[in-house]
Amino acid sequence: MMRKSKEKLANLAIDLAGISLRNPVMVASGTFGYGEEYAELLDLNRLGAIVTKTITLKPRLGNEPPRIVETAYGILNSIGLQNVGLNGFIRDKLPFLKKYNVPLIVSIAGETPEEYVQLAQRLRREEIEGLELNLSCPNIKYERGLMFAQDSQATHRVVSKVRKATRLPLIVKLSPNVTDIASLAKVCEESGADAVSLINTFTAMAVDVESRRPILRQITGGLSGPAIKPIALRMVYEVYKKVKIPIVGMGGIMTASDALEFIMAGARAVAIGTGNFVDPRIPIKVIDGISEYMIKHGIRNIKSIVGSLRCRES
Amino acid sequence: MVQIDAKILMNQRIAPERYKMVLSAPEIARQANPGQFVHVRVCEGYNPLLRRPFSVHRAKGQKIEILYKVVGRGTEILSRKKNGEYLDVLGPLGNGYRSPSAPSKISDIILVAGGTGVASLLFLAESLSRTSPELSILAIIGAKDKDELLCEGDFKRLGCRVEVATENGTKGYRGLASDLFQECLPLPVDKAKQVVFACGPSGMLKRVGEISKKRHFPCWVSLEEHLACGVGACLGCVVKVKGSNYTYKRVCRDGPVFDAGELVW
Repeated sequence: MMRKSKEKLANLAIDLAGISLRNPVMVASGTFGYGEEYAELLDLNRLGAIVTKTITLKPRLGNEPPRIVETAYGILNSIGLQNVGLNGFIRDKLPFLKKYNVPLIVSIAGETPEEYVQLAQRLRREEIEGLELNLSCPNIKYERGLMFAQDSQATHRVVSKVRKATRLPLIVKLSPNVTDIASLAKVCEESGADAVSLINTFTAMAVDVESRRPILRQITGGLSGPAIKPIALRMVYEVYKKVKIPIVGMGGIMTASDALEFIMAGARAVAIGTGNFVDPRIPIKVIDGISEYMIKHGIRNIKSIVGSLRCRES
Repeated sequence: MVQIDAKILMNQRIAPERYKMVLSAPEIARQANPGQFVHVRVCEGYNPLLRRPFSVHRAKGQKIEILYKVVGRGTEILSRKKNGEYLDVLGPLGNGYRSPSAPSKISDIILVAGGTGVASLLFLAESLSRTSPELSILAIIGAKDKDELLCEGDFKRLGCRVEVATENGTKGYRGLASDLFQECLPLPVDKAKQVVFACGPSGMLKRVGEISKKRHFPCWVSLEEHLACGVGACLGCVVKVKGSNYTYKRVCRDGPVFDAGELVW
C-alpha cells in the first residue's frame, strides 16, 4: 500500500522509444542472465525493463577461463558472449520471461550485419518490446579488428539494415572505446535507431606479477562497476547534447543518487549492471530511492528531470 | 535461495589465520545441503566490490557456520567483524554433494579435505552419519602444518576414522592429503562400495580424481573459484567439462560439486 501511494505522488513511468516503462530502471545485458537466475531474489515485475544476455544466431561457448577478475572498484570480464543461441533462447528461456509483466528487450549480436537482420526478423514474431543491438562487445574477435561500434560506417550498415527488417524499437549499445561517442550516437540516430544505450565496458587488463601473466585468459577484458561511472556519465552528457533520440545510461550505477546523476545528464532510463552482482536488491533500492528523491523535491514526473542538469553558461 | 541480513553470533580465530563464523540465518539453515555455499558481502563500500563465497560448514536450527582463511582484503575485513554486526548473505547457493545413489550398497565413504576445504566435508559427514549411520566414513585431512589442521576432533566425535597429513610432517603422514589418500586405500577393493568426496586446492582435487578413476571409485569434487554473481547469471566462473567436444559449466550454479570424471582439468 505504501508503495502504491508513493508511486502516485511521484510518477516514475516513462516512455522509451515507444516502450512503456513503469519506471526508468532497467537491468543491463549480460548482468542479469535470462531473468530466471534472479527471479527468486527480486520481483521482476517491479523492474522498468529486462535486457537479456546477448543472443547470437548459433549458441556460443564463450571464452576460455579465467574470465573474470576483480579490480579496484570494478570488475574485468571476458565472457565472450556465451549464450544459448537464438533457437535455444526462444525455446528454453523466453517462455519463463513471458510469464512476467515486464518489458523485455532482447540483446542481439552478429558477426555480420546480415546476422543482426536474421536475428531481428526471427525475434519480431515474439512477444518482446524491443531489441538492443550489441555493437560493442569487447571480448569477441572481429573481422577487421574493430567492433561495429568503433566504426561509423559499420554502425550505419548494421543499424540501417536492421531498421528495414523490423518495427520493434531499436536500442543501439555503444562502446566507450572510441574517440567521440557522440558522433557514433549521431550515426545511430541518422540510421534509424530509436534509442542508444551507453556505455558498454572499457577494454582493460590486469596482471599477476608473480607469474607475469595477464590474469584473464584473453589478456584483456571489459571494465565495469563504480570505477567507470564518472566517465560513463560524461559520455551520456556528451551524447545528450548531440542527439534527440532517448538515452539509456549505465556504467557503475549502485545507488539512486548515481541513477539520478545519469538522468540529469540526459538519460531517459538507466540500467544496473555490475551492481546486480554486488547486491541483487540494488535495482529495487534505486527505484525506491528515485521515488523518495522526487517526493522530497516535489517532483511529480520523472520526465521533468531528464537532462535537467544546470550548467553555468561559459 | 534467499538474501538476508544475518547477525553475527560468533567470529573466532580457531587456528592461525583461520576463523569460524556463526551467523543467525534461519531460512538458509533450513534449506542448506552439504556442499552448498553462501555468498557474503563483507562491506557496504565498493572495495572489495564483489561478494565472497564460503561453503556452509554447518547448518543447525537457526544458525549456519562458515570456516574461512584470511587470504586477501575481503576475508581480512570479515575477520575483524564483531558479534552483533550484520552481514548481507545470499544463499544457500549451488548444488551440494550428491548423496550416494543407493546408500545401502555403499559401506565406505572417503572424504579428502585440503585446508579449509574441510568445511563442507564435515557438514557432509554430519549429515551422512545422521541419515545413514551404517556407513563407515574415512576422513583424510591435510594441511601445511599441524596448527592449521581443522575439524579433526569433530570427525572423530562423529565416529569417523581420521587420517591426517601435514606437508611439513609435524603431524601424521608427511605429505599431501592426496598422497595419503592413495596410501590408505583399502586393498582389495570392492568398487561398488566406495564413494569419494573431496574439497580443497584444485591440484589436490585433480589428483584425487585421477586416483579414484584408476580405482573405479565414483568421485565428487567441490571446486573453489572466484565468483561474481554467484547465481549463474554472469558466466564468469565456468569450468570446462567433457561433452561431444567440450563445454562449460558454471561453478556457482551447476556446481560447485562436480563428478571428477566430468571435468577437463
